[in-house]
Amino acid sequence: MQVPILKQGGVLIATIQAALSDADLLELRTALVQQVVRYRSSGVIVDVTAMDVMDSFASRTLLEISHMIRLRGAATVIVGIQPEVAFAMVQLGLTLEDIPTALDLEEGLAYLQQKARSIN
Amino acid sequence: MQRDKTALNQPAIQRSRPTELTRGEPKMELLRELVAHLRQNRTLLLEEWVARIAEAQLLTAMTEEEIFAEATLVYDSYFAALETGTFEALQAYARNLSERIIPRGVETHEVVGIVLLLRDVLARSLFAKYQTDFEKLNRILDAYEPAANRVANTVAVGFVQERERVIRQQQEAIRELSTPVLQVRERLLILPIIGVIDPMRARQLTEQLLRGIRTNRAKVVVIDITGVAAMDVTVANHLVQTVEASRLLGATVIVTGLSPEIAQTLVTIGVDLGKMNTVGDLQGGIEQAERLLGYKVVNPELGPGKAG
Repeated sequence: MQVPILKQGGVLIATIQAALSDADLLELRTALVQQVVRYRSSGVIVDVTAMDVMDSFASRTLLEISHMIRLRGAATVIVGIQPEVAFAMVQLGLTLEDIPTALDLEEGLAYLQQKARSIN
Repeated sequence: MQRDKTALNQPAIQRSRPTELTRGEPKMELLRELVAHLRQNRTLLLEEWVARIAEAQLLTAMTEEEIFAEATLVYDSYFAALETGTFEALQAYARNLSERIIPRGVETHEVVGIVLLLRDVLARSLFAKYQTDFEKLNRILDAYEPAANRVANTVAVGFVQERERVIRQQQEAIRELSTPVLQVRERLLILPIIGVIDPMRARQLTEQLLRGIRTNRAKVVVIDITGVAAMDVTVANHLVQTVEASRLLGATVIVTGLSPEIAQTLVTIGVDLGKMNTVGDLQGGIEQAERLLGYKVVNPELGPGKAG
C-alpha cells in the first residue's frame, strides 16, 4: 500500500493510512528523499496517527528518513504518535532520539513554520 | 494462634468419626437441651465471659459497658445459631459488628480470641453440669463442639472479610485521588505526585499523563515530585520512560522537586541527563515552562520586564 505524499507550500506531508509492510516503508523513504529536493521543500511531516503498532523496523526507517532528509537540506517532524504506541516504543527502547515530534499535523506545521522563521 | 488453628480443624475430625452416622434425632434433642441450658444460665455465663475477656485484656479499645452490650448480642445470636442450625443471622450480625468495631482499631486476634473464650466458657459450664454423667457429657459435647466451632468460624471469617472489604475500598479511593493532571495555562499541564509510587501507580500515572497531553494539546508538562521521598529503580526507569513517551507526543517534560535520594537513584541507573529536563522547585519549573511557551508574566505596578 502506497503512502500519498502531499505538497503544502514548502512542506511535504506523508500520511500513513494503514499498517505498512517493510517494503512499503522503504518505498516511502525513497519517495520522500527524492521529492524533498524536487519540490524544494524545507520540511517534511510524516503523520503516523493511523499506526497502532510501531516495530523496530518502522522506527528505524523513520530515523533514517529523518537523517537522510536532513542531509538533503530539510527538517522532518513525526506527528500523531498515539499515547499507547508512544509508551510501547519507549519500553522497547525506540525513542526516535533527536527527531522532532509533534502532537498532530497542525502542531507539526506550526513547528516547521517557526523553524523556517528563525532561520530567515 | 495455636488454639485458633485447632478450633478450625476440629469439625473435620468430628466428621470423620463413625458415630456421626448414628446421630440424628437424638442430636437435635441434645442441642435443644443445650440451648435450654444456655438460656437458663444466660446472665451467669455472660458475666463469666465478660470477666474472662477483661482478664485476657482483649477489646481494650472498648469500654466495659460496650463490651457487655456487644457480648450480650453475640451470646444471643450464638445460641440462636445453635438452636436453629442456620448461620445467616449470625453472619449478618458478624458483618454488622465488624463494621462498627473495625474503625475503632479492634484486631483480628481479639475477635477470634473472644469467640474462642465464649466457646471455652460454655464448654466449662457443660462440664460442670454433667460431671456426674460422663456418658451424657460426651454426647452433649459431640453435639456442641461442631456447632460451636462453626459459630467461631463464621464470626472470624465475617470479621476478616469485612476488614478486607474496607481495605479494598480504601485502596480504590487512594488510587482515584492520586493522579490529577491539571492544566495551569493553555498548553501547560502540571502533574503533582505525592506519596509512594508503586509500579501499578506509575503505570496509571503515565497513562493519565499521555492521555492528558493528547486531550489538552499540551506542549509542556511539569511533573512535580516534591512529595515523593524515594523511588526504586523500576519506578525511576518508568519516570524516564514517561518523559520520553511524552516527547514522542510532542510535549516537553520538566521534572521538578527531585529529592537527593531520587537524584542518587537516577544517577545510579545512568539516566541520559540530556533527555531529562529538571528544575529545583515547582515555581522554577512553571516559570521555565512559561518561557518555553512564550508567556511573559508581568506585574503592572512594577512595569514591564520587572517580574516573571
